[in-house]
Amino acid sequence: MIRFEHVTFTYPEAEVPTLVDVDFEVPEGELCLVVGTTGSGKSTLLRAVNGLVPRFSGGTLLGRVTVDGRSTDTTPPRELADVVGFVGQDPAAGFVTDVVEDELAHVMENLGVAPDAMRRRVEDVLDLLGLHELRNRPLGTLSGGQQQRVAIGSVLTAGPRVLVLDEPTSALDPAAAEEVLAALTRLVHDLGITVLLAEHRLERVVQYADRVVLVGGRGERLVVGAPEDVLAGSPVAPPVVELGRLAGWTPLPLSVRDARRRAGELRERLAPVVPSDGPHRASGPGATGEREVSGAGGRPGTVVARAEGLHASYGVVSALRGVDLELRAGEVVALMGRNGAGKSTLLSHLVGLRAPGRGRVTVGGREPHDLPARQVVRAAGLVPQDAGLLLYHDTVAAECTAGDRDADLAAGTTRAVLDRLLPGLDGRAHPRDLSEGQRLALALAVVLAAEPPLVLLDEPTRGLDYPSKHRLVRILSELAAEGRAVVLATHDVEVVADVADRAIVLAEGEVVADGPAREVVVHSPVFAPQVAKVLAPEPWLTVSEVAAALGGLPGDAVVS
Amino acid sequence: MTSPGAVDHRARPARLLHPAAWWLWAGGLVVVALRTTNPWLLGLVLAVAAFVVASRRSDAPWAQSFTSYLKLGVLVVVIRTLFPIFFGNRIPGTTLFTLPSVELPSWAAGVSIGGPVTLELLVGALYQGLRLAVVIACVGAANSLCSPYRTLRALPDALYEAGVAVTVALTFAPQLAITARRVREARRLRGRPTSGPSAWRGSMLPVLEGALERAVALAASMDSRGYGRHGRAPTATRRAAAALTLGGLVLVALGAYGVLDPGVPFVLRTPALVAGAVALAAALALGSRRSDRTRYRADPWLAPEWLVSACGVAAVVGVVTSGRLGDVLDPSVYPLELPGVPVAACVGALVAVLPAWLAPEPPSFGTVTAAVADADLEVAA
Repeated sequence: MIRFEHVTFTYPEAEVPTLVDVDFEVPEGELCLVVGTTGSGKSTLLRAVNGLVPRFSGGTLLGRVTVDGRSTDTTPPRELADVVGFVGQDPAAGFVTDVVEDELAHVMENLGVAPDAMRRRVEDVLDLLGLHELRNRPLGTLSGGQQQRVAIGSVLTAGPRVLVLDEPTSALDPAAAEEVLAALTRLVHDLGITVLLAEHRLERVVQYADRVVLVGGRGERLVVGAPEDVLAGSPVAPPVVELGRLAGWTPLPLSVRDARRRAGELRERLAPVVPSDGPHRASGPGATGEREVSGAGGRPGTVVARAEGLHASYGVVSALRGVDLELRAGEVVALMGRNGAGKSTLLSHLVGLRAPGRGRVTVGGREPHDLPARQVVRAAGLVPQDAGLLLYHDTVAAECTAGDRDADLAAGTTRAVLDRLLPGLDGRAHPRDLSEGQRLALALAVVLAAEPPLVLLDEPTRGLDYPSKHRLVRILSELAAEGRAVVLATHDVEVVADVADRAIVLAEGEVVADGPAREVVVHSPVFAPQVAKVLAPEPWLTVSEVAAALGGLPGDAVVS
Repeated sequence: MTSPGAVDHRARPARLLHPAAWWLWAGGLVVVALRTTNPWLLGLVLAVAAFVVASRRSDAPWAQSFTSYLKLGVLVVVIRTLFPIFFGNRIPGTTLFTLPSVELPSWAAGVSIGGPVTLELLVGALYQGLRLAVVIACVGAANSLCSPYRTLRALPDALYEAGVAVTVALTFAPQLAITARRVREARRLRGRPTSGPSAWRGSMLPVLEGALERAVALAASMDSRGYGRHGRAPTATRRAAAALTLGGLVLVALGAYGVLDPGVPFVLRTPALVAGAVALAAALALGSRRSDRTRYRADPWLAPEWLVSACGVAAVVGVVTSGRLGDVLDPSVYPLELPGVPVAACVGALVAVLPAWLAPEPPSFGTVTAAVADADLEVAA
């Protein structure tokens, strides 16, 4: 159905090609998953399917891409609209109309579908994606998962044979992601649509894939094959696969169900061991060494920030309803909850971007929204969801110099922090050309340079591959070890399992759970990480914990 | 007849009125406002527009924009009133206070700065400002009664693509405001000043970059969804149809203005109107020959549409009749007198309130109920 024939693609002014001699085929009716580290060219590969690359990106494409026998060389994307449906990373950015129903019909109006057929197809798609209750909702009022489903529906009404999706679940909470994936599998199984999708959160999608394409980046050859085979040697793998590697299961399990059916013996072996109750941090090499370098943090346990009866609202919609919490030095707090539960609102209060509607917020004893910007950065730092927003300058070096100047620091401070977080970043690089992980590190360096005792991160793992996530986990553990309070708002339960000491779950603007991360997360069907689901009822959270426990078990103590 | 806003289960099914009908109705009110400075009539037109909006707007986000148009109107009145206090021609009469005046050289005769401020001057400025504000409110009324996207969808086929481009442009401004807010917040997070010229300079680039990225993403999405496909019609036909439509619209607009304003040369009056109509008809005929684009659930044009448009026309007929009868459409400011009531025009404007009952109830977009449910929980909590 989709055929790449010796495709080599180079972006304009790039020295090395992004895709080198890509040659593979996706047969009809398959769900094909594209994986790879950030910046490896996953999006480029996807956008080449309907010719957005090179028509919208510039650059030179050698070789041939054909979809359903039509070559993108001679057919522009608009003429392929009836064959390929393309949904980009940010669905809301692609909306043309203002109401769900009109958005679904837009592509058919362009294709000239007869009005009665149009009406019928819109109804079909509304049912297929479970959107019928939203049919005349304005697009701006939809939640993230709903927007994603509408975006899928808006290309599906054209009756395409191929659906291409770029990270369809990375911005979604676990439940909304399930919604979208359930809709996708229905399309593949019931309608025989060929789906090509890229995703970083492999733990969510790999079990549905028929085939995996591993994009190596830097001009390496693609690896194409069955999920079990490709993931066995892949640098990116979900926890359940890593657990399988650790336990030596073959073929590797792809879903919690597969793994659980094999895990009986492992559970018995682990039964006599209890995971350590204290902070279960990944112990990086610098975890203890940095303690004397920085004196920014307070003594562990002192209260850094406090919210009392915090209320906030947007117009008539209230976002926070009486939130009480204390954040202490030396702890990593995960803030969880579905999209729109009030996580970002709470963070923006803690850093003084918004003034409380009712109640009080104090950071270091003072109310952050009353402080001038220069003093706030010394009390609390926030890395927003789009880390690039913090970066204005055209080189990394200029960004670092500006960081020093903004916070009245000695020259070179920001650069020193950056080198600690991510050594060897080229000072001449443009921030927009960095990978997501590098950009996050740069933004974090800018925020950390002022040494705030409270560090807040909004959805930091969005768009990060597993290696970048591991680095982030190490950095956050170090920050906590220095005595800072770290709060991350996230949907990523695996990262929470890796790094958080304490988890707070928000729902409808209220705190519904607040306690040690292990207790909050382990028995929740939504927030439990894969390892916990596989090894339940034993309270294990991460592969590294299990590895440490297995390594620590004396050989003769192993029950078999 | 039911009272506006009340739910009557025997009533016609809820639907949105054809946007063209609302625009014809609002256009009629605009014409009335443009032809008068009589505060009674202007006030009546404003009340009529506000009443119809209040009873027939939906719960969608775009329908909540009427108040912002009213605020804009108030701003216009204030500026229009303050401006002549400082600049412009002096009107003799009851002097309220005198501002120090600046002697200007002879070549600037007719322009004055400062001087005596009279009651007559203020009242005249107020009338003018009120007229502008009412025109703005009428346009705002049409905009809150039908979404911009629906309005442009009602355009003829030949203008479809231009229409979509305009709607997309309409969403650009609010998006820009959102990006600007996020950039301002990000500046604060870096400890930089969020106001003052340096903040402006520093924010411009990220805001424009964000807007550009969004535009490219949208263009990619639209292209992937078949926007701008070559239909089966030859390029020459499509171009001819587009040119005829645009030319026709311009001629009709000129003609309509000419008919209303006696100061315009004859050629730009009825002849222009007729020529424009012919060009539009030709464009539609050409456009219908290419059946490569279709409409999803095109808005029907039924009895309520006819009635609502007729109400707009009635308002125009009323004001024109008042003009013929010599009613006080432009009340005298010097000497200052209490303006009379232009009866025919007021009757016409009162007819224009009927759409509050004549138009069908709008369907619910499900937004207010969600917000109200939230508010209820808030109270309960």
